[in-house]
Amino acid sequence: MTVSVPETAAKPQKGFKLDFKTAGPLIALILLVILGYSLNPAFLNEGNITNLLTRSAFIGIIAVGATFVITAGGIDLSVGSMAAFIAGMMIIIMNSAVSSMGASVWTVLLGVGCSLILGIGAGYINGFLTTKAKIEAFIVTLGTMGIYRSLVTYFADGGTLSLNSGAREIYRPVYYDSFLRVPYPVWVFILVAVIGWILMNRTAFGRYCMAIGSNEQVARYSAIKVDRVRTWTYILQGLCVSLATIIYVPRLGSASSATGVLWELEAIAAVIIGGTMLKGGYGRIGGTVIGALILTAIGNILNLTDIISNYLNGAVQGVIIVAAVYLQRGSFKRAVRKKAE
Amino acid sequence: MSIKTLTMALVATTALAVPALAQEKIKIGVSIPAATHGWTGGLNYHAQEAEKRLESTYSNIDIILVTADSPADQAGDIEDLVSVQQIDALVVLPFESDPLVEPVRQAKAAGAFITVVDRGLPDASIQDVYVAGNNTELGATSAEYFKTRLGEGDNIVILRGIPTVIDTERFDAFMAGIEGSGINVLDNQFANWNRDDGFEVMQDFLSRFPDIDGVWAQDDDIAMGVVEAVRQAGREGEMFIVGGAGMKDVIKGIMDGDELIPVDVLYPPAMIATAMDVTVANFLSNGPVAGSYILGAPLVTKDNAAQFYFPDSPF
Repeated sequence: MTVSVPETAAKPQKGFKLDFKTAGPLIALILLVILGYSLNPAFLNEGNITNLLTRSAFIGIIAVGATFVITAGGIDLSVGSMAAFIAGMMIIIMNSAVSSMGASVWTVLLGVGCSLILGIGAGYINGFLTTKAKIEAFIVTLGTMGIYRSLVTYFADGGTLSLNSGAREIYRPVYYDSFLRVPYPVWVFILVAVIGWILMNRTAFGRYCMAIGSNEQVARYSAIKVDRVRTWTYILQGLCVSLATIIYVPRLGSASSATGVLWELEAIAAVIIGGTMLKGGYGRIGGTVIGALILTAIGNILNLTDIISNYLNGAVQGVIIVAAVYLQRGSFKRAVRKKAE
Repeated sequence: MSIKTLTMALVATTALAVPALAQEKIKIGVSIPAATHGWTGGLNYHAQEAEKRLESTYSNIDIILVTADSPADQAGDIEDLVSVQQIDALVVLPFESDPLVEPVRQAKAAGAFITVVDRGLPDASIQDVYVAGNNTELGATSAEYFKTRLGEGDNIVILRGIPTVIDTERFDAFMAGIEGSGINVLDNQFANWNRDDGFEVMQDFLSRFPDIDGVWAQDDDIAMGVVEAVRQAGREGEMFIVGGAGMKDVIKGIMDGDELIPVDVLYPPAMIATAMDVTVANFLSNGPVAGSYILGAPLVTKDNAAQFYFPDSPF
């Protein structure tokens, strides 16, 4: 596993051989779709596909940000709590705006603006503490994870923060309406993924992230501003969390301490299923998108069938996640080649 | 005046005050889970309200409220209450029953009066008073209501909580209640007492089943998520939803005559206040208080909703 990674990173577009590292997640997704359809044909109904894509947008958008952080050798555990915190703050700010000047489109825009500022700020704090204060990313983000989670619980008095119904009506279409029959959250997801792909594969920033992740010392000697690039990955992550929150809030119009629980693990899982290395150095945005779709599809399929005991849902998820990563890592490819010889 | 002198002054006054008060005040320790979701949020609110009320009514009662994030944390809290605060009584809502048997037993051995709330301990001899909601009745009351609205051949779906004893008791009682009525349960899935999960599970039920007449969500947080999914699908006219607990938004909706969630079944977080009252009564009343207090799980309808509405509670 460790040996085979630089190999692909070094010569990514050589020949048309079926590369399992690239195609693995896609194959897993296709298998999953076939499985879903055979268990219940309703799986491929337009309504269900729309639900599935819209649902995967939250984790997907956050995971695109996480791809940069992980590629550059970092980790961000705070994203789920950050999403809950930003959602809570948005609701508080919009509610107070409604009580002072009434509900209008401006209320929603104010909320969205605050969300972006909070997301970028929270990302900067994580980045600053890891690079300038020299604390391990795991500890910094474990700390901020607890802080944001407690803050949202505190602001909600342990209960639920609910958006004023007037503002809710104006904001609601952002989640529920569509353009060209594709819901807005999916458009946001597509846009974030495309921009992320360009940033990762076609800019110096993306190459710097990979360089830092594979060898920080060498990157430093190569005159890459390691701290600055690292900080930017956390800011990007914060921005992605804020975008995900902007499309999350209109869904239920509420935030509580139960919002976004375990999103950080789902985002990291999506990134790894997609073929990015957890230890950094190599990142794949396209894979991350597929990883997010796989994770959402598993839950969806389990809800569409009752052949598996409810108590075993977690086990099925575990098996599929491990199998998907197995498909994508070298061992499977090698076994096939050996058999052929 | 520096912080240091201020602290010293504080330390001095508390040192003087504590022994003087300790002799006359009855100390009651209250240990509950921290506010991690809606219901525990309500629990914390009602515990604080009861603390204020009891301390202002009785000058010789001192209530010490502590909240815990995990069973281990709670065990530590109880040890501190016993050794540091030297409490005369302990009111505890255990995170989990089994891990807390020993800490509570030790509090009892130290001479404290023990009141256990909601989740009973496996060894009932430890507790002097037991106050609990009634999960079995919650399931049964819900089933009764479904039988008044639906009959032979009608389809319902069930959204369950987290796989625990609480959930199993509710579910089993509900299934026993509708048995023989001809109501057809299409499927049941866990929604973890969470709005987002309620929303997603219900979306999937809606794409899977073209005909649903009723939804039993057995919890108000889940029910709120279910409502959004049903609205999104535009199928509000087709079904009704029943939650449980008594969240203020749901109670308000019932008071206003909401068709989608017409009733609720009570499982009140305010039971902590009942437990605290009973514990205080043990020291102040001349009547006996030891025993079990099982609260009812009444059906909340438009007619009686007002008495269960707490607009200031977070839940």
